[in-house]
Amino acid sequence: MTSAPVASGRRPAVTALRRFLRAPTAVIGLALMALLILGAVFAREIAPQNPFDLAAIDVLDARLPPGSASMSGDITYWLGTDGQGRDLFSAILYGLRTSLTVGVGSALLAGILGILLGLIAAWSGGIVDALIMRLVDLIMSLPSILVALLMLALLGRGIGNVVLTLVLLEWAYYARTARAQALVERKRDYFEAARGLGLPTYRILLRHVLPNCLPPLLVIAALQVARAITLEATLSFLGLGAPVTQPSLGLLIANGFQFMLSGEYWISFFPGLTLLLAIVAINLVGDRLREVLDPRALR
Amino acid sequence: MTTKPTTTAPALETRNVSRRFGRAEGLAVRLHLARRRPVIHALDGIDLTIPTGEFVGLVGESGSGKSTLGRIAAGLLSPSDGAVSVFGRDPQGDRSVHRDVQLIFQDPQASLNPRMRVASAIGEAPLVHGIVGRAELDDYVCAQMRRAGLDPAYRQRFPHQFSGGQRQRISIARALAMQPRFLVCDESVASLDVSIQAQILNLFMQLRRDLDLTYLFISHDLRVVQHVADRVVIMYLGRIVEDAPARQFFAHPNHPYTQGLLAEIPDLKQRRRVYAPVKGEIPSPAAPPPGCHFHPRCPVAFDRCRIERPALREIAPGHRSACHLNDAPEGERRAPTGEIA
Repeated sequence: MTSAPVASGRRPAVTALRRFLRAPTAVIGLALMALLILGAVFAREIAPQNPFDLAAIDVLDARLPPGSASMSGDITYWLGTDGQGRDLFSAILYGLRTSLTVGVGSALLAGILGILLGLIAAWSGGIVDALIMRLVDLIMSLPSILVALLMLALLGRGIGNVVLTLVLLEWAYYARTARAQALVERKRDYFEAARGLGLPTYRILLRHVLPNCLPPLLVIAALQVARAITLEATLSFLGLGAPVTQPSLGLLIANGFQFMLSGEYWISFFPGLTLLLAIVAINLVGDRLREVLDPRALR
Repeated sequence: MTTKPTTTAPALETRNVSRRFGRAEGLAVRLHLARRRPVIHALDGIDLTIPTGEFVGLVGESGSGKSTLGRIAAGLLSPSDGAVSVFGRDPQGDRSVHRDVQLIFQDPQASLNPRMRVASAIGEAPLVHGIVGRAELDDYVCAQMRRAGLDPAYRQRFPHQFSGGQRQRISIARALAMQPRFLVCDESVASLDVSIQAQILNLFMQLRRDLDLTYLFISHDLRVVQHVADRVVIMYLGRIVEDAPARQFFAHPNHPYTQGLLAEIPDLKQRRRVYAPVKGEIPSPAAPPPGCHFHPRCPVAFDRCRIERPALREIAPGHRSACHLNDAPEGERRAPTGEIA
């Protein structure tokens, strides 16, 4: 009567991870991402100087090319210095921290908001569904940069305001995918079965429907982090994003922009390169996630 | 903790229950937010009473509305018209009904959440409903699994790690964990191999003896029903056409449709016989034929069948049938198929 279960299969997440690691580009992306995240998290420990402590920086060291030693001789500026004599390597680590915080934070908050609204739309249908989805259409049809510029002009700069703006622009992507996925899932028998067990609605949505909608949402989340970082960098470059006291990569690029043509390329180039690497790494990981989690690729 | 009212009310009672699907939702359609869909008459005036403890086999072709009736009985759908009561209570808006009625689906692969371990699939609902406390949950889950013929050692696995028959046992254990008194089995053995079918049917019969369960056993297969049911109900295009105690049903089928269905069952004892299956396909429930729904396929249909809906009338004690031929005087009755003559 009680024979052993067939196939000693693992949990779906483990299988997905194994498949993920089979692609070399994705592994490179993941390694790069890990490196950048570690750098950002331990910026204080790794950076040779605190680039925003005015006592630590020396104006005499301004605009030194990569590899030069400081006037006092105790630091080597491997990536050069900026217009105020800041060590660029340190500034990039701190800037990366701001950029990643904004990117991950806004993607996470937008994800929670968008997924909840998407599930509610799919569950209730009718007028609620129509209202939420028309709002989604509206947001997705607006040019994000323009809306972001307008909002930040009204709210003023600051990390909180940037995150708020990005959440407002990004939730729609999650909502649309979550709704589409939930509509598919609610036609499946396990959904009916959960209702037949008399479980409360919120529990069915969060414990039964949501986990089955998650794969495509994870892909969206990865790509939205990249999008948020780029958008934030653009806003900071335009002088509307991060405050001067907490410069992100975008602001660092903007700071060096005026020296670009006078041959002091490094001030903008290295923050730009870091931004590029971060975006590429996230996209590599996101694309592979899409391949691994796509049900069409599995069957 | 789990005291249930001991009522004498029948497990299921439906009075003139109808269910339509796809009725246009005024505003949404007018604003072009929804598309107008044809109205499907899935159920059309169903009167059915299942006394406590009975095993009723509900048989019909796909599209006959048998699953819709099962879902209404389980409180998953509301009827468009008519009254339903389950143990004397209206399943709509009374979530406690779910403790008394449980539905077992056809495809256990689809009806089990693929991302939930067996233990939480079985234990979630009893915990939420307060049938069992968190401390006793593990023992409770193991007991349910054992009763359904599963080894509790595998409770931390996922549904896809089990075979089809085992998965159906998991969904049975999940249903039993609610301590129901009434099981609605919607084609619950149809997707299983014949040998596994027999195992699951035996499990159902054993559970019936042990737990005093009432069954509404939905199937398209009369052979399966023949082995287990006390009473057989035949549906055709949203209506009950015949309802009889099993013995009576298989010995003296009354309705031409039923006779056609029984003629399709291969029988080793009867080697030479007229093979007269029901011809054609079931019409679309979006445009059911007038009068008796079965008349386009009926070998003995006459004018009245095309106009007037035959009433479901009692023709013998406990035996109901919906056919105009029953109104004709006994001598004039024509035998519809070679079976009876």
